[in-house]
Amino acid sequence: MDFINQNILSLILFSPLLAALVVLLLPGQNKDLTRRVAFALSLVPLVFTLIAWFGFGAAPEVDGFRMQEQHVWFPAINASYHLGIDGLSLSMVLLTVILTPLAILASFNVDDKVKAYMALFLALETGMLGVFLSLDLLLFFVFWEIGLVPMYFLIDQWGSKGGERQLWNGIKMPSRRYAAFKFMVYTMAGSLGLLAAIQMLGVVSGSFDLLALYQSWPALTGTLFGYEIGTVKAVAFWAFAVAFAIKVPIWPFHTWLPDAHTEAPTAGSMILAGVLLKLGAYGFLRLVLPLYPEQAQQYAPVLAALATAAIIFGAFSAFAQTDFKRLVAYSSVNHMGFVVLGIAAAAFAAGTESANIAVNGAVLQMFNHGISAAAMFFMVGIIYERTHTRNLEEWGGLFAIVPVFGALLILSSMASLGLPGLNGFVSEFLVVRGTWPIFTFYTALSMLGLLFTGAYILKGIAKTLHGPLNEKWRVAEGQAGHFEDVTRRELLVLSPLVVLMLWLGIWPAWLLDVINQAMLKIFG
Amino acid sequence: MQIPYLLSAIVLLPILAGAVMLFLPPKNRDLIYRFALGAAFVTFLLTLAVYFGFDAAGPQYQFIEDYAWLPALGISFKLGVDGISAPLVLLTGVVIFTGVIISQRIEDRVREFFAFLFILASGVFGVFVALDMFALFFFYEIAVFPMYLLIAMWGWKQTREYAAMKLTLYLFVGSVIALVGALAMYFASGLNTFDMTLLATANFSPAFQNLWFPFVFFGFAVLGGIFPFHNWSPVGHVAAPTAVSMFHAGVLMKLGAFAALRVGIMLLPIGAQTHMWWIILLTLVNVVYGAFIAMTQTDFKYMIGYSSVSHMGLVAMGFATLDYNGLVGASVQMVSHGVMTALFFAVVGMIYDQAHTREIPKLGGLMKIMPFAGVGFIIGGLVSMGMPGFSGFIAEFPIFMGLWAANYPWIAIISVVSIAVTAAYILRAVGQVFFGELPADLEGHMHDVKPSEKLAIGILCFIMIAIGIYPNVIMPMVQHGVNAVLALLGGA
Amino acid sequence: MFSSITADMLLAILPEIALLLLMVVVFVADLVLHGKKSPLPAWITIGGLGLTLLATIAFAQPGAQPQLLWGGMLRHDWLAFIFKVIFLFSALLVTLLSVGWQKLWYKGEYYILLLASTMGMTLMGASADLVMLFLAIETTSIPLYILAGFVTNDPKSNEAGFKYLLFGAVTTGIMLYGFSLLYGFAGTTNLYGIASGVAASGVPVPVMVGALLLVLVGFGFKVSMAPLHFWAPDVYEGSPTPITAFLSTASKAAGLAVLMRVMLAAFPSIQPEWQNVIAVGSALTMTIGNLIALSQHNIKRLLAYSSVAHAGYSLLAVAAASELGVLSVVYYLLVYTVTQIAAFAVVIVVSNVTGSDEIADFAGLHRRNPMLALALLLSFLSLAGIPPLGGFIAKVLAFSAAVQAGLIWLAVVGVLNSIVGLYYYLIVLKVAYLDEPKGEAVIAPSRPQAATLVVSIVLVLILGVVIAPWYNWAASGAGGLF
Repeated sequence: MDFINQNILSLILFSPLLAALVVLLLPGQNKDLTRRVAFALSLVPLVFTLIAWFGFGAAPEVDGFRMQEQHVWFPAINASYHLGIDGLSLSMVLLTVILTPLAILASFNVDDKVKAYMALFLALETGMLGVFLSLDLLLFFVFWEIGLVPMYFLIDQWGSKGGERQLWNGIKMPSRRYAAFKFMVYTMAGSLGLLAAIQMLGVVSGSFDLLALYQSWPALTGTLFGYEIGTVKAVAFWAFAVAFAIKVPIWPFHTWLPDAHTEAPTAGSMILAGVLLKLGAYGFLRLVLPLYPEQAQQYAPVLAALATAAIIFGAFSAFAQTDFKRLVAYSSVNHMGFVVLGIAAAAFAAGTESANIAVNGAVLQMFNHGISAAAMFFMVGIIYERTHTRNLEEWGGLFAIVPVFGALLILSSMASLGLPGLNGFVSEFLVVRGTWPIFTFYTALSMLGLLFTGAYILKGIAKTLHGPLNEKWRVAEGQAGHFEDVTRRELLVLSPLVVLMLWLGIWPAWLLDVINQAMLKIFG
Repeated sequence: MQIPYLLSAIVLLPILAGAVMLFLPPKNRDLIYRFALGAAFVTFLLTLAVYFGFDAAGPQYQFIEDYAWLPALGISFKLGVDGISAPLVLLTGVVIFTGVIISQRIEDRVREFFAFLFILASGVFGVFVALDMFALFFFYEIAVFPMYLLIAMWGWKQTREYAAMKLTLYLFVGSVIALVGALAMYFASGLNTFDMTLLATANFSPAFQNLWFPFVFFGFAVLGGIFPFHNWSPVGHVAAPTAVSMFHAGVLMKLGAFAALRVGIMLLPIGAQTHMWWIILLTLVNVVYGAFIAMTQTDFKYMIGYSSVSHMGLVAMGFATLDYNGLVGASVQMVSHGVMTALFFAVVGMIYDQAHTREIPKLGGLMKIMPFAGVGFIIGGLVSMGMPGFSGFIAEFPIFMGLWAANYPWIAIISVVSIAVTAAYILRAVGQVFFGELPADLEGHMHDVKPSEKLAIGILCFIMIAIGIYPNVIMPMVQHGVNAVLALLGGA
Repeated sequence: MFSSITADMLLAILPEIALLLLMVVVFVADLVLHGKKSPLPAWITIGGLGLTLLATIAFAQPGAQPQLLWGGMLRHDWLAFIFKVIFLFSALLVTLLSVGWQKLWYKGEYYILLLASTMGMTLMGASADLVMLFLAIETTSIPLYILAGFVTNDPKSNEAGFKYLLFGAVTTGIMLYGFSLLYGFAGTTNLYGIASGVAASGVPVPVMVGALLLVLVGFGFKVSMAPLHFWAPDVYEGSPTPITAFLSTASKAAGLAVLMRVMLAAFPSIQPEWQNVIAVGSALTMTIGNLIALSQHNIKRLLAYSSVAHAGYSLLAVAAASELGVLSVVYYLLVYTVTQIAAFAVVIVVSNVTGSDEIADFAGLHRRNPMLALALLLSFLSLAGIPPLGGFIAKVLAFSAAVQAGLIWLAVVGVLNSIVGLYYYLIVLKVAYLDEPKGEAVIAPSRPQAATLVVSIVLVLILGVVIAPWYNWAASGAGGLF
């Protein structure tokens, strides 16, 4: 038990990777066994996280972080294996370890190269967890980048079949390959600035340890490389900001996202929307704001403007889609806009109560969006699996034949829409409440955006569930092409998500308390 | 436990094995191959002994052996490894072993092939462990020459003669020019010795150093593929047979970089400091331009060849920073790139042997047929694009840090672009070759790789991942070596 | 008079005496054979040369101090001794190569001429007097003129003989004029007296340079220094191949030996000038030799031009005018002699079968006889200066001498030239290793040829790896001039 307590974060971090190895080394080609083992093993990090969750309050706090671990890793350049959590990372870790088993469960219908699929999925989990747990800038970057690899292959190999993209010179490539490639190169290219800036920070500060950098870097004065420190910091700030903005994604850096989402396998979309997008927002909170408080304040209006643009254009674009998955994808742009808006407000007016409310709302929105986006994508996956189309026009009136599915779709859509009593409302309300006194104009515009959120969500529901039933789906039970309602496995995936939506909608305090602790540390 | 005569054994064993091979019966392929494999394996074990016997807290040079060679001129057969060369010795051991493994398909004049390959290996080992400048040149040219025959005789028929000749002439021009510089150092020092550990203390006048540094540095850096003298390298890579490409890109190019460091920077530190600002610009061209050219290639080997130009540019760039981080990174990059390209060329060789084409658009779907090789190539690709968690990142990151530390912020910013470009072409190649559609004309012609080849791929991948995950398997040694270099550069 | 002859004096000319005796023996044997085709003269020569070589090494070593013997005609020093060994050794190898050379190998006079020429060379190496020097040069040259044209029914051989004779006669005449000027200035014919004589009579520098140039014409012809190299390719091509080997090794070595001795002993007053002249000559020689070699199709012509180039490399060390320089020349010639003979041995073996000296006929040599190809490879690589072969060490030493003397530009010209050299050597190797064989006939050396090959290749390797003993030997030779 001592061992577990002392290395709890490493256990959380590496148990998925070990699980991936176990899955890879499973004997034989029994696909069912592979799936079950993968699912069972993916619960291990959840267990460890729960241990951490309940031990969190009791663990001693050093420099704002608990349960720290530090080991030698790359001493040649003073980078170390340094982990630690605060309320922010804890909630994100929780989100990750909840969504991954669900995503794996959702992938039980994957039939091609199951072992590789499951192993990559588990490896992806390690990558994401690493970002949330690292307290070393270099380690952060390591996990930041490494998570791209499994995702790339998940999209490239198990993405939706068919479809072609025409490139320049008439070269054609399968759309999923195009999407995977775009995802990877876009994110990597976006991270180049981050990489360069991290190098510079490391050289200037002589250390990559975040706790040390929090102290030394913002306080730095004088000139660097022959430039004013302010100029250097501003450039570095944007280098960081762009990298994270791409990941979030903030308009206009979002173009990779609809492609990636549309082409990714269902579970891939769940994780992509549920966790990967949060990495960007997390980067803002964990690195950008603490390291560049002045620049963040200076450029916060720009961020807020972009966030507003994301909210509005995201909603418009979503409304314009006929592909249900693309619609949900654009809704992510829209929802993540609120996260950024909250963060921008906090950066602009750090220390004020409104700022605190806004940023609490933003973090809660990260969690909520993770839950509801995962649910939405899963349900799009369900319906796609049965009808082999994602075109909204081809459905209609499905409520009649799949009532359970219909009910769940409406529930999660409402959560996404921000219906009071469900989780989305709480966080979006907090964001809007917090930002209103800070960026009144942008907030007002964003509220208009919310209107369109309602519009596209209702459009989605209406086109699928209501209206006249498309006769093609009326196939009696037992016949080929029968439109089956949600299965037990699917219900198993959805029920925890639904429970969380309700729980967080009614009593968000259990999570908000944890988040608030961290926010007070960061912005207090 | 210290094995006596370890370094001489490493240097001499391959060349003796090669000589013996020349007298084996030419018809008996199996015997020759087994003999080669055995010799390579023993060599590999010996290099392991060097790597793991190196004491990162010990003196700068270890395993020193010193025999009089030509006392009248102060030439001695002095061998020793420092923290920078010890990993390179291991690298060479790995590449010779894996190179022999994947050369099973050589049919024509097998004994000469392996004999020349082993002579080449001796030369390479010799350069890495030589502490005597004369011995260094001696082995340097031994290492370069067999390339000609190996490429010309067993290479790709269409370009081999041209490529072999181009490569040989380029490299020899470089080496003889460096030789003149080395002789100038010898006479200017007045120490009557070629011992580099003593020459390092000669305190050449700044004027002398400034004059001679470019000669010596570029003489060797040609082999490191520095712009604008890189032209020979992709052409050579493409024409060479698989094992030779592995050796060429994996080890031989490091030879140039290493010798440029050992003779150029370490013996003429003031000259290095004077000239580095413009050399670093050339390396920038290497890094960025090489990556872009690689992106435009459709021939698999050309792509890797130009990627080598780009990556070796990073090595030279790291050296050129003359900064602790840069030197550390460059030293690791030599190992990382060596293993990575060896792997690349091994896999490409396996593909080419069966598909008889290297055109990327004409290949596809190989993941299903040779999954192990595919995974190996992907890992190599990740190393190549500097993905964290693999050795490439561990190497490249400090190089960039070195650029910042040496106050070249713009160079650092521009050169990181190469990472994205690299990612683009690697992903494109991986996507097409391993995951695309298997072309109809290859159906049925392709088979999985042999178990022994899997072993080779496995060894190479293991090294890249081990360094990537836990850099300290190599770092203390490299730091130890770099600190000694920095001491020569005047503290820091 | 005979009472003044000491054992030292006799030992100093032991090789010459032995060679003379050997000539007589061969002569008698040839008489006895009376025109019958017999290998006897060849084997007598081989055995005799072997014994002479051993005896020379065993008994004719000079003492620590150089001695002027025979009334100042000869100088018994290490340099002379080493050159004698080189000459005897190359004569031995060349004789071995001649065995089996259909057109001449059973003719007694061939061996007598060869021995006579060798004797002339040994005297050249030791000459300390202008008169003796001239006699020695003529003793060397005249038999060689005949040998070059020895194959009377081959027009090319006739051409070679004539050309060599004409060039030789003219240049020797000019050199003799130079000798006479020297005598006039110094009042003595003794090389070691000329310097002080010239100094005493206060000859102006330009005049001395004039004399130098005249003398150099003769020596330059011997070593085929540009622009006096024109004879070499034609003569090399036309001469019987063993003689070509002899011309390009021993004869050239003799020329260099004399050149160094005369320059250092007789022209110290204008050392900077002769250094410059030789340096320019060296640069020209190697550049011209290498560049023209590039376009050759005939292996003998290629080797001829390459030997011109190698003369350039040796001159590069001569131009250094230092102890290291002389030493390098000696080392260079040691290496070059064995290497060149090995190369010619391969040429002889191949052309014996193919009947041609075209490079194209070396195609596929490696498939026809891998060991022979290996010998070709090693000898050519040694010529190109690749370790671990002797050529590398020789070249490094020569360049060192130049760098030490501050002749950096010359060293750079030298290294660039060595790249050009590498190119055409590689072309030949490419043909031998890469191209498809043109014929089926087995190419196999005879026993004497194989022996020559093995001995010379092993020596090439030893000279490249075990440097110190040879270096010290060469150093003691160089010490003889300073």
